[in-house]
Amino acid sequence: MAGQGEEKLLNLTLHVWRQKNRGAAGGFVTYKDEARGISTDMSFLEMLDVVNERLIKSGREPIAFDHDCREGICGQCGVVVDGSPHGPRRATTTCQLHMRSFDDGAELTIEPWRAGAFPVIKDLMVDRSAFDRIIAAGGFVSVRTGNAPEANGLPVPKQDADLAMDAAACIGCGACVAACPNASAMLFVSAKAQHLNLLPQGAPEKDQRSLAMIDQADAEGFGTCTNHGECEAVCPKEISMGFIARLNRDYARAAVKKPRAGAPAGGAG
Amino acid sequence: MELKSNVPPGPLAEKWTQHKFDMKLVNPANKRKYSVIVVGSGLAGASASASLAELGYNVTCFCYQDSPRRAHSIAAQGGINAAKNYQNDGDSVQRLFYDTIKGGDFRAREANVHRLAEVSVNIIDQCVAQGVPFAREYSGLLANRSFGGAQVSRTFYARGQTGQQLLLGAYQALERQVGLGTVKMHTRHEMQQLVVVDGKARGIVVRDMETGALESHVADAVVLATGGYGTVFYLATYAKGANCTAIWRAYKKGAAFANPCYTQIHPTCIPVTGDHQSKLTLMSESLRNDGRIWVPKKQGDHRPPGQIPEDERDYYLERKYPAFGNLSPRDISSRAAKEACDDGRGVGKTGRGVYLDFADAIQRLGVDTIRERYGNLFDMYERITDEDPYKVPMRIYPASHYTMGGLWVDYNLMSTIEGLFVLGEANFSDHGANRLGASALMQGLADGYFVAPYTISNYFGTVRTFDKIKADHPAFKTAESDVADRTKRLLSIQGDKTPDDFHRELGQIMWNDCGMGRNEAGLKKALAALPQLKRDFWKGVRVLGTNEEVNQSLEKANRVADLIELGELLCLDALERRESCGAHFREEYQTPDHEAQRDDDNFCHVAAWEYKGDDAPPARHVEPLTFENVHLQTRSYK
Repeated sequence: MAGQGEEKLLNLTLHVWRQKNRGAAGGFVTYKDEARGISTDMSFLEMLDVVNERLIKSGREPIAFDHDCREGICGQCGVVVDGSPHGPRRATTTCQLHMRSFDDGAELTIEPWRAGAFPVIKDLMVDRSAFDRIIAAGGFVSVRTGNAPEANGLPVPKQDADLAMDAAACIGCGACVAACPNASAMLFVSAKAQHLNLLPQGAPEKDQRSLAMIDQADAEGFGTCTNHGECEAVCPKEISMGFIARLNRDYARAAVKKPRAGAPAGGAG
Repeated sequence: MELKSNVPPGPLAEKWTQHKFDMKLVNPANKRKYSVIVVGSGLAGASASASLAELGYNVTCFCYQDSPRRAHSIAAQGGINAAKNYQNDGDSVQRLFYDTIKGGDFRAREANVHRLAEVSVNIIDQCVAQGVPFAREYSGLLANRSFGGAQVSRTFYARGQTGQQLLLGAYQALERQVGLGTVKMHTRHEMQQLVVVDGKARGIVVRDMETGALESHVADAVVLATGGYGTVFYLATYAKGANCTAIWRAYKKGAAFANPCYTQIHPTCIPVTGDHQSKLTLMSESLRNDGRIWVPKKQGDHRPPGQIPEDERDYYLERKYPAFGNLSPRDISSRAAKEACDDGRGVGKTGRGVYLDFADAIQRLGVDTIRERYGNLFDMYERITDEDPYKVPMRIYPASHYTMGGLWVDYNLMSTIEGLFVLGEANFSDHGANRLGASALMQGLADGYFVAPYTISNYFGTVRTFDKIKADHPAFKTAESDVADRTKRLLSIQGDKTPDDFHRELGQIMWNDCGMGRNEAGLKKALAALPQLKRDFWKGVRVLGTNEEVNQSLEKANRVADLIELGELLCLDALERRESCGAHFREEYQTPDHEAQRDDDNFCHVAAWEYKGDDAPPARHVEPLTFENVHLQTRSYK
C-alpha cells in the first residue's frame, strides 16, 4: 500500500471568535466536546464543518466562516490560527491546511482577519470589498473586447512573463493585511500592480495605475508599509516583498512625472 | 414547447460571420436605454458584464461570493484551447471543431461548435491584450501543451493556474467598468427567483446574504452564467457554494433543461479519504502529458508501488488506447479507472484509486523540468495527501467535475424564455455528451466576450421597446413573497438532520445509481429514492437562526432542496436516453470491448425537459441533431 501517513484522531480545544454582526461586540467561545475525534486527514475547514454539524445537532448556531473552492485558489477562506493568518503551515491557505499539522490535545485560538479596512461581518467572516475597489481604481489594462492585436505580435521575454506571473499568482485573500502590524495592503496592491506594470501590455498605464491603486488603498484605511515582512511570511502564494519595492519605485517616478490629477481611464477612486 | 435552434442558413464556416452581419444593431445613443442583469461572475458572467458595459448597456451583476474574482472558473488549472496552430502541427479551426464534436460523441450542435472554434483565436488575442501572463517560450512567443482528445498542441496555459489568470483578466475588465459606473456589482447576493412578465424575462429577486433582505431588480434582459450542477453528487471538484438554484428556478419558470444526464466525471482527482470529506480536488489533466497511469496486474497487490516490477504493472490506457494513451478523453479514462478498481486492482487504503506515475518523466526530463511544469500541483497534492509525488506515484480517482447539460439555448444563447440568455457551463450548448479538457474556459469566454454581446444587442434591436416596469410590479411582489414563504418554511421545520446530511445522502444515491455507469434497475431505484429524500428533507431538515442575518445553513438548505429535485430530473433523463454516449454510459448499451454504444437512429437528438408542475412529470422534447459536415462514426481513440 502507498505510504499514506497513518490517520490519527485528535482531541482539541478551540477558542473561536463569535460575533453576531458588524455592529455587535464579539468574544471568544470555547469548544471542547465539539472538537473531539478530529481526523488528521481532515482539512482545517473540514474540522470546522464537523464542529458546526455538532453545534447544529445540539441546537446551537454554527460558526460562520468564508470559504468556497477549498483548493487554495479562490482566496475566499482565511482565519487566524494562534495569531498566524492561514495557520502554521508555510505557503498554505486555511482550506489546504490539514489537521496533521496539529498535535493531540492542542488548544487553538481561531480569529477573523483583524484590520480596520476589513470589518467583521459575522464570526470569522470579514468584508474585503476594499480590495475590489483598489482594482477598480486602476488594476487593469484599458482594453475593450474586440479585435485585439494578434497575440504573438508582441513577444514578451520569458523572464518578464514569469515575473509577472509570480505577481499575478496573488489570490487576494488578505492574509498580508491581517499579518501586518500596520494593516498595510501593500503586498496585495504591489502584486496586482506589478503583474501589469511588468508587462508591455500594462506599461502605457503604469504611472496612473501606480498612483491610483496606492491612493485608493490609503483611502480605504490600509496602513503604510514599513518593511516588517510579516506579509511575505504568511502569504499562501509566497508573493515576494520585492514587488513592494518595485511599486514604490514606480509610484515615486510617477509622482515626480505628473501631478495627481490624471486618474486612469475608467478609474474610480 | 417548440425548440427552435435558430441556426442561420449557409455553409458552416460562414454562418457566424453572416449572422453577425444580419443581426440588428443598437445605435450608441440608444444603448444606454437598455439594461441587463448578469447572474454569476465567472469567466462567462464577468466577460459578458464587461463587454456589455463597454458597449454602453446598463449592467447589474450579481455573485454569491464576497468578490467577483472568487467564481470557480478560478480553479481551472490546465489551460484553454485555441486553434492558433502556433506549433505548426496541423491544427486549424476545422480540426478544433472536429475534435470537439467527436469529443462530445456527436451530441452537440455543429453550428455552435464551429463558432466556438472560430472565436477561440480571438480569445487568446483578447486575453494577451489584457495582460494575462500565459506561459512563453524563450523567444517571447506563446507556449502550448497537449490535452486529452487531441493530437495537436493547442492548449495555452499559465502554469497550473490558467483559470485563475483568465478570470482575473475578465474580473479586471469588469472592475474597470464598475469604476466607470457602467456596471453595478452586487457581491454576497444570491438569486432566488426569475421574474417573467408577459412572456419575457424581466428581472430577478435576490437575497442579500448579509441582511437577508429580498431585493427585486428589473432589466430588459437577464443573463444566467451560474455554472453547472455537479454538486448534485455532493463530492465534486466544484466550489462548496456552487449550486443549481438559479438555473433550477428558471427551469421552473419555463426554461427547458437540456441533457441533464450529461455529467462529466473527471479521471484525475485525489481520492476520498473518509466520511468527513467535503470536496474533491482535481489534479489537472495536463499531468497526463508526462504522467503514466497504471494499476498492478494482479488483484489485491498491496506492495508499495516501487516494489512492483515493470512487467507486473498494467498501463491500461496505453494498452487499450495506443493512439491517445494517457491522453484519452475524460469519459473513457474515468471508466477505465473504475473498471480497474471494480476488478480488484485499485490502489490505496480504499482500493478506489489508480497510480499516476512521473518516475519515467523525471528520469527523462529531470526533476527541475517537472517542477517547472507542475510544481504547484505537486505541492497541492503533497499538502492534501502527505505524500511526495516526486518520489511516489500520485493516487487518483474520478470525481464529478463538470456538467455538459444545462438550460437549453438556441444559437443566440437564448433559452426558451424570451430575453433569458444562458452562458458558459450553465447552458448545454457546445460540449455534447462529453467535454474535452481546456474547452470549458474557451466556451465561457467565447460566450461572454464574443457571442452574447452581439446576440443580446440583436434581441434589443428586435424587440426595441420594452414595457416600463418597476420593482413594485405585481410579478415581482409575488416572486418576493414566494421566496419569503419558502425561507419561512425552511426555518420552521426544525428537524434533526443538517442540510449537509441530506446533501451527502443525495450524493450517495446519485453516485451509486447515476454515476459513471448507469443501468435501468439502478436508475429506477434512484427515481424511487429521490422523491422520498425530498419528502424527508422538507420534514426533517434543521436550520437554526433567522433570515435577517448571515445564515450559511439557510443558504445551504435552500440549495440542497433544489439539487434534490434536479437529481430526479437527471436520473429521468438518464433512464430515457437508452443509449450510451460520451459520459452517459448505460451499461446495457456497450460494445463487446466495453465502449459506449450510441444509437444514432433513435437518440441523435437533444432532450430538453419542460417543467409541468411539482406534481406532474416533466415533458420531454426533442431537438434533432443534424450533421451535414461531419460523418457520424464510432468514436475511437485506439
